[in-house]
Amino acid sequence: MSSGSQNGMQGRLDQLASTLEERFSELNCEVERSCGEVTLVVPADKLLEVANTLHDDAEFDFKELTDVCGVDYSDYGSSEWQTDDAPNTGFGRGVVEQAAEQPDENRRFAAVYHLLSLSNNVRLRLRVFVDTNQPIVASVVPVWASANWFEREAFDLFGILFDGHPDLRRILTDYGFIGHPFRKDFPLIGQVEMRYDEQLARVIYEPVSIDPRTLVPKVTRKDNRYLNDDDATQDAADA
Amino acid sequence: MPEIRNYTLNFGPQHPAAHGVLRLVLEMDGEVIERADPHIGLLHRATEKLAESKPYNQSIPYMDRLDYVSMMCNEHGYVRAIEKLLGVEVPVRAQYIRTMFDEITRILNHLMWLGTHALDVGAMTVFLYAFREREDLMDCYEAVSGARMHAAYYRPGGVYRDLPEKMPQYQASQWVTGRDVAARNENRQGSLLDFIEDFANRFPGLVDEYETLLTDNRIWKQRTVGIGVVSPERALQLGFTGPMLRGSGIAWDLRKKQSYAAYDKVDFDIPVGQNGDCYDRYLVRVAELRESARIIKQCVEWLRANPGPVMLDDYKIAAPSRDDMKDDMEGLIHHFKLFTEGYCPPEGEVYAAVEAPKGEFGCYIISDGANKPYRLKIRAPGFSHLAAMDEMVNGHMLADVVAVIGTMDVVFGEIDR
Repeated sequence: MSSGSQNGMQGRLDQLASTLEERFSELNCEVERSCGEVTLVVPADKLLEVANTLHDDAEFDFKELTDVCGVDYSDYGSSEWQTDDAPNTGFGRGVVEQAAEQPDENRRFAAVYHLLSLSNNVRLRLRVFVDTNQPIVASVVPVWASANWFEREAFDLFGILFDGHPDLRRILTDYGFIGHPFRKDFPLIGQVEMRYDEQLARVIYEPVSIDPRTLVPKVTRKDNRYLNDDDATQDAADA
Repeated sequence: MPEIRNYTLNFGPQHPAAHGVLRLVLEMDGEVIERADPHIGLLHRATEKLAESKPYNQSIPYMDRLDYVSMMCNEHGYVRAIEKLLGVEVPVRAQYIRTMFDEITRILNHLMWLGTHALDVGAMTVFLYAFREREDLMDCYEAVSGARMHAAYYRPGGVYRDLPEKMPQYQASQWVTGRDVAARNENRQGSLLDFIEDFANRFPGLVDEYETLLTDNRIWKQRTVGIGVVSPERALQLGFTGPMLRGSGIAWDLRKKQSYAAYDKVDFDIPVGQNGDCYDRYLVRVAELRESARIIKQCVEWLRANPGPVMLDDYKIAAPSRDDMKDDMEGLIHHFKLFTEGYCPPEGEVYAAVEAPKGEFGCYIISDGANKPYRLKIRAPGFSHLAAMDEMVNGHMLADVVAVIGTMDVVFGEIDR
């Protein structure tokens, strides 16, 4: 990638971030910058308003919604293998589940939208946290028609409800599937298995017979070489 | 006066024109489609959830199996997201190799699309022609990675290994002997680059062959012109990308607009359609075949002149050489840690997209600092294209559904994930 186009992109993103800050800070939206990308965290009740502005306003002109997905943050930061302190007996080799800190009440589920502006050639990510017990957020299908199937997918896999969606059915899982498989409390191995029963002469479902197992434990190592200067000073302050 | 009734027709999932496992429930008024409801998910393997339970590198082979006719482009999207997360730059030679193999993949994909699309609409011969060339390209895949399709060749930090100096040759067998073997091996005497160059040189002539079969073919035009028309505004609304968007007249190509790998160093054009119908999308993709050959030639030329590393020299991300692993304690430890535990990128989230043959293939990775992705979302181009099915076939005849499925270039590996 040539440095010229890189700088151009960076400049456009800076421009976008400052405009977003200016326009949406009064709606309690936060602008985040990381890895050369801009994220706008939008309160759930303001989503439609923000979406309409981003789509229609010539300044933003986000005519294309490339992706919508759900995220379940309930397991964020957990690890299965303690690496920080070595006890006298050394590190354990088994898998010990270290529960993550439970996220705040309403920080478990989020819907993430990826927008693309062809005229300005920038991307923007919107993140909307939804209520944990009643995960409902307004549907953006009236703004971007492409949200239709993406929202159905997020509903299917995470159980996030999209208010005003024209046809909110399951899309990827089987007919009659129970549960939302991409939630972190849904086992990787699934809940049911299916086989043909000769006596009953039909396909039957029964609870899974396989034990879930971890092949590679989830480990978090704070490798210093990735830390930039800000983080390093932060860590020093923490210590 | 006979009684006229609407009825519901079930199309697929076991149907040769359903391109895999598409189930379409069609509400018909006579032979006219009133509503199309695609049922997908029959090939859902929860790739994204599986990736959450594995170190980053172990999910690369899953990417091949998403869009299983454009394997390396999927890998490219995934490794680019990881590289962005890690903040590493890939060696230039690896960038060129990736560019070249992305274009080989594009030709592979478009040939598959061309053959099956024409076959669905009734032209048998194109399929045979297209598969003849696919064979050569899969040999390139095999020469470089050992696998004809699911290569797992791109790795974070570069590509698995440099291009081989010798192109594998056919052996004589019970069925093929003597002169036939020699004829087949004629362009396999040199290195892989020689073979690819030979291919890129003769390929435009082969595209002419396909075009003589279709472009002015009366039946082909009757089946595709004016079918499945999408206006530029609707194409954006519906989230179209790639040839589906360009067919509607919008010159948007990530290779040019948000350039990655070595695409800003090679010269090529973006073909654009005018009417947004199946025929224009056909013309766009055929023109892309020619452009791909052009890019490949430029890459071959550069790769010949510029030897160098193809993988990052960082043992935390890339495996040490075999020699280092055997001789050097550090190398052994790094190798062991890399393959048992993987690496831990910093906390954060990235979205990286590539221009896959079907459109924008993007990977959204959330990392919580662990050795596995916290969440991986794969943005498959075919998903939003298929979502527009209802709109595209509404008011068309039943036979046109097949043409529209063909023009969308759907592959269920990526749509169902």
